[in-house]
Amino acid sequence: MVVFAACLIPFLLLAWPFYKLLTTGNAPELTANPVEYITHDTGTWTIRFLLITLCVTPLRRILKQPKLVRYRRMLGLFAFFYVCLHFMTWFVLDKSFSLSDMWADVVKRRFITVGMLGFVLLLPLAITSTAGWVRRLGFAKWQRLHRLIYFAGLAGVIHYMWLVKSDERLPLMYGAMLAVLMVYRFFMWNAPSKRAVSRPTAASVTTPRTASLPD
Amino acid sequence: MLIRKPADLRYSDVTPRQVYVNRRRFLAGSLAFGALAGVAQAGMKLSDVRKTSYNVGEDKLTPLEAITHYNNFYEFGTDKGDPAENSRNFRTSPWTLKVEGEVAKPKTFDLDGLLKIAPLEERIYRHRCTERWSIVVPWIGFPLATLLKQVEPTPKAKYVAFETYFDAKQMPRARWGGIEFPYVEGLRLDEAMHPLALLAVGLYGETLPNQDGAPIRLVVPWKYGYKSAKSLVKIRLVEKQPPTTWNLAAPNEYGFYSNVNPKVDHPRWSQAKERRLGELFNRDTLMFNGYSEVASLYAGMDLHKYY
Repeated sequence: MVVFAACLIPFLLLAWPFYKLLTTGNAPELTANPVEYITHDTGTWTIRFLLITLCVTPLRRILKQPKLVRYRRMLGLFAFFYVCLHFMTWFVLDKSFSLSDMWADVVKRRFITVGMLGFVLLLPLAITSTAGWVRRLGFAKWQRLHRLIYFAGLAGVIHYMWLVKSDERLPLMYGAMLAVLMVYRFFMWNAPSKRAVSRPTAASVTTPRTASLPD
Repeated sequence: MLIRKPADLRYSDVTPRQVYVNRRRFLAGSLAFGALAGVAQAGMKLSDVRKTSYNVGEDKLTPLEAITHYNNFYEFGTDKGDPAENSRNFRTSPWTLKVEGEVAKPKTFDLDGLLKIAPLEERIYRHRCTERWSIVVPWIGFPLATLLKQVEPTPKAKYVAFETYFDAKQMPRARWGGIEFPYVEGLRLDEAMHPLALLAVGLYGETLPNQDGAPIRLVVPWKYGYKSAKSLVKIRLVEKQPPTTWNLAAPNEYGFYSNVNPKVDHPRWSQAKERRLGELFNRDTLMFNGYSEVASLYAGMDLHKYY
């Protein structure tokens, strides 16, 4: 509950000033260009939540806190929540609900192409995030599907990188974080002693939500 | 009259009251200091400013708060809020502006001299950034042509090169800017001589705030904002097209001309629309930012090629 509330803070810090902006026309918190600020902020929080979600597996091993896994779905869904806000801000306030304008940008602008790709990759993950879907797909398949998050994270970082004009510090920082998290996984997957743990076979998965360790 | 409707709109009508009152208090202090030192400081009232017919029709002025807290001035940081924050202690006094090169009478101006080059006038211009946002600013200044005529360009002078102030000590954040400093810009001589090209020393009735390019900056309203170089220290008349900072950083994205043109996209985004600060939805971008009188400067030129 506490974690859930914390994850909502960035949203509330946008929603409340936005409400003020619509009702009073004044919201200094959102800067002189509120639409740009909201677009950038929701985008940044999407990347942050993707990275936080990817931290869960390493952290539970390093800290020996396997229970942390129960936050993972929620964190991932918050990444999806923020990417939806990000997308809607762009689609509504920049593209004025025009599907043809949107498509023209997706095709023509590579940073939008890769951003849209990241968004699309997250859709099946959000849809299949329920326990029912884990059962329906079978755990091994479900886990393989959810590895799409690595590519969504990469798409997000590249999207950011290609957007900035010249100061690339922030996208590089997020890129470095993603790289660290991926390098950790690479070594985990290739560490023979842990192999059984990190790559559970279908047979070993009896109680997926508590015992297994999908990355 | 400045603006047709509503009549006699005052600055205090568009500036948030809180900001306005605080500025007055601040001004009272800085004025006293300025008077003692005998120099022009940012935010000093400018007197004897002639009103002109340069305005933008029904468009509203952008509030001072937005003009001073949403800036691109990479020497002071790349975030829009950085310049306001980091330029507070920027020293604009003493200051010199050198005008040299292919001229008969090169001149160097100090701070007081800058304000006396020509009678000051107020002009309300649209300002369109390549990043697709725009503002409406009541600049105070004088035509660049007035200054150029005073130094008497020689027949060899074909272009005007502008160089802005740079000091890594005062501008430590410039190292993260990702572009070369000092920031340089350029115009063709006929562009520079166009009556719309302005050297601004103030806005909203006062000397320029530091983050807006104190003490003197270029304003070329039919070109993307980055052409309007801030805090000028050198104007050089030259024979060949001079290098320009953003063109050096990304030649495929920023050309020498950089005229506002809704039909020529930035490689990464469309330039057809823009967001006026203060408005939620985009509006159409106008050819030459609405200044069609400059079109003759580019007669016969392929503006897709010379972007």
